[in-house]
Amino acid sequence: MARKKIMFKDAINEAMRLEMERDESVIILGLDVAGSAGTEQERDSWGGVLGVTKGLYPLFPDRVIDTPISESAYVGAAVGASACGMRAVGELMFSDFMGVCFDQLYNQAAKFRYMFGGKAVTPVTIRTMIGAGFSAAAQHSQSPYSMFAHVPGLKSIIPSNPYDAKGLLAASIEDDDPCVFFEHKALYTMKGDVPEEHYTIPLGEANVVQEGKDVTIVALARMVQFAEKAAKKLAKDGIECTIIDPRTISPMDWNTIYSSVEKTGRLVVVDESYDLCGVASDICGHVSQNVFGALKAAPQMVTAPFTPTPFAANLEAAYLPDAKKIEAAVRKTME
Amino acid sequence: MKTQLSKEDLLKAYRKMREIREFEDRVHVEFAKGTLPGFVHLYSGEEAVAVGVCEHLNDKDRIASTHRGHGHCIAKGVELEGMMAEIYGKKTGTCGGKGGSMHIADLDKGMMGANGIVGAGPPLIAGASLASKLRKDGSVGVVFFGDGASNQGTNFESMNLAVTLDLPMIFVLENNGYAESTSPKYSAKVGSENIADRARGFGMPAVTVDGNDFFAVYEAAGEAIERARKGGGPTFIECKTMRYFGHFEGDAQTYRPKDEVKNARANNCPLKRFADAVTSAGLVEAADIEAVDKEVLAQVDAAVKAAETAPQPDLDALMNDVYVSY
Repeated sequence: MARKKIMFKDAINEAMRLEMERDESVIILGLDVAGSAGTEQERDSWGGVLGVTKGLYPLFPDRVIDTPISESAYVGAAVGASACGMRAVGELMFSDFMGVCFDQLYNQAAKFRYMFGGKAVTPVTIRTMIGAGFSAAAQHSQSPYSMFAHVPGLKSIIPSNPYDAKGLLAASIEDDDPCVFFEHKALYTMKGDVPEEHYTIPLGEANVVQEGKDVTIVALARMVQFAEKAAKKLAKDGIECTIIDPRTISPMDWNTIYSSVEKTGRLVVVDESYDLCGVASDICGHVSQNVFGALKAAPQMVTAPFTPTPFAANLEAAYLPDAKKIEAAVRKTME
Repeated sequence: MKTQLSKEDLLKAYRKMREIREFEDRVHVEFAKGTLPGFVHLYSGEEAVAVGVCEHLNDKDRIASTHRGHGHCIAKGVELEGMMAEIYGKKTGTCGGKGGSMHIADLDKGMMGANGIVGAGPPLIAGASLASKLRKDGSVGVVFFGDGASNQGTNFESMNLAVTLDLPMIFVLENNGYAESTSPKYSAKVGSENIADRARGFGMPAVTVDGNDFFAVYEAAGEAIERARKGGGPTFIECKTMRYFGHFEGDAQTYRPKDEVKNARANNCPLKRFADAVTSAGLVEAADIEAVDKEVLAQVDAAVKAAETAPQPDLDALMNDVYVSY
């Protein structure tokens, strides 16, 4: 691994480039993905609103397709093309925009295979941004992945670092089921070691970030960093934490979570989304039902409060889970 | 009348229309007995639209359909026995009994599914047409939708996308006069009698034809499909037609003028009009038409009997085929 560390967004770009090189049926559809490819000087000018697809249009001019701001039409077209032998990667700029196109995933892509008696294959991937922390307010900051995970037929993928982002996106594009790939915008500039060559990470395999005997912390996306920070602090007081990053929430790697809780007897789940009907409550529920006997304390959830994402910086900071809140939750399980 | 179609082609088209009529009329009867699960939406009266379009298509061409989808399935070549068994919720159904009337699909035949969501089809066929365009295989995509769905945003967005990306796509609007129970008078005021005028505004050729006239539909569809196959982009075809049954089976149809259906059946039935035209032009013998009628009657009867006695799905089908792998 001779090369320098690369950014999360470049890892995503690299995964798409390699998949497009490997497989001619891979296409990219979305808003600004080429960046106004209509005129010579505009070609590849944007490459996505945050530049994640930059450089792909010149390599694959027929397969990186700018669309109108018509999420229903182009997400549906990505689904339709994928049901006809393509492997479309649709970019839904912000996951908050799913409200205008959800039917195409929720009632169409997710249900084709089951409704049609097992004969449909719809290998579509939808990439979309999540996450607060930029004063982007209530309609550009959400992390609504639990709504997608709630739908049988969809897979939900949530990377937390550049290495995982590349391997998981490659796996999502190569996967024959509809995948929704959530990219936390605060991670785009995170740097990490990423092999240049093609590789995949299996969907449904959690990453055990670190092992410790006292408490199991399950954290997603940006929350993994906060959990690591909290764990460092707690370690100084002799509290040793295991940190599990599920990486995909559908499928969920229950066995890794259960066997960790069986060892530690304590569970803290950290999620930037809400506790009500969310990933955190779901993990606590499953653990309580299946490894109740191992629990030494009530499972704790560290989530955003049940409010829209506020705009003002101080309110947003109060809204977001952080290392302090995680630390407090861990200490509570140790009482 | 003038037509390029051979006697064989004419009888093939008539047979498809008769299959739809016989199938739907029989489902109407069986449903009234209370032996069919769920609910069904029947296509009787609109046969000339599905068949007039699909006679130009092959298995590589994709169509998307609506909740009123049986006619499109039959026109696209889906087997009657499997369809009937599917409507009965049986293991031998086209989708193994897991989709039912509103989700019959046969991807090998290019039939991407009836659909329970009004207006879901246009984006899907935009995608299918995009796949055709990228593969350069000369195939096309056709979306069927009603006057109700013509008001969905998905339809407007897809018209724009189809023009913008220059897709080999045909929008076939089946204007049967009722969005469930609401007339286009109240739901689609376009400053014109024709919803097709909207499509012209998106910059694609758009025509309105008599949807009960097989030959009018066939000609308009032929021109549109040929243009699309040659890279000439999308077309919109509005077919004015009428459904003979309610929005769903059991609909009392209190919103319809008295005798509307009776008069349509007597004076504007697409099958009768077709048969009269081809026999009086001496292209097909009346005896040939009668023979088709008899054969199709027997075929549908056999499909019902087979469906009635077919086994239910195995219980493990409940958990199967949610994913390819999970």
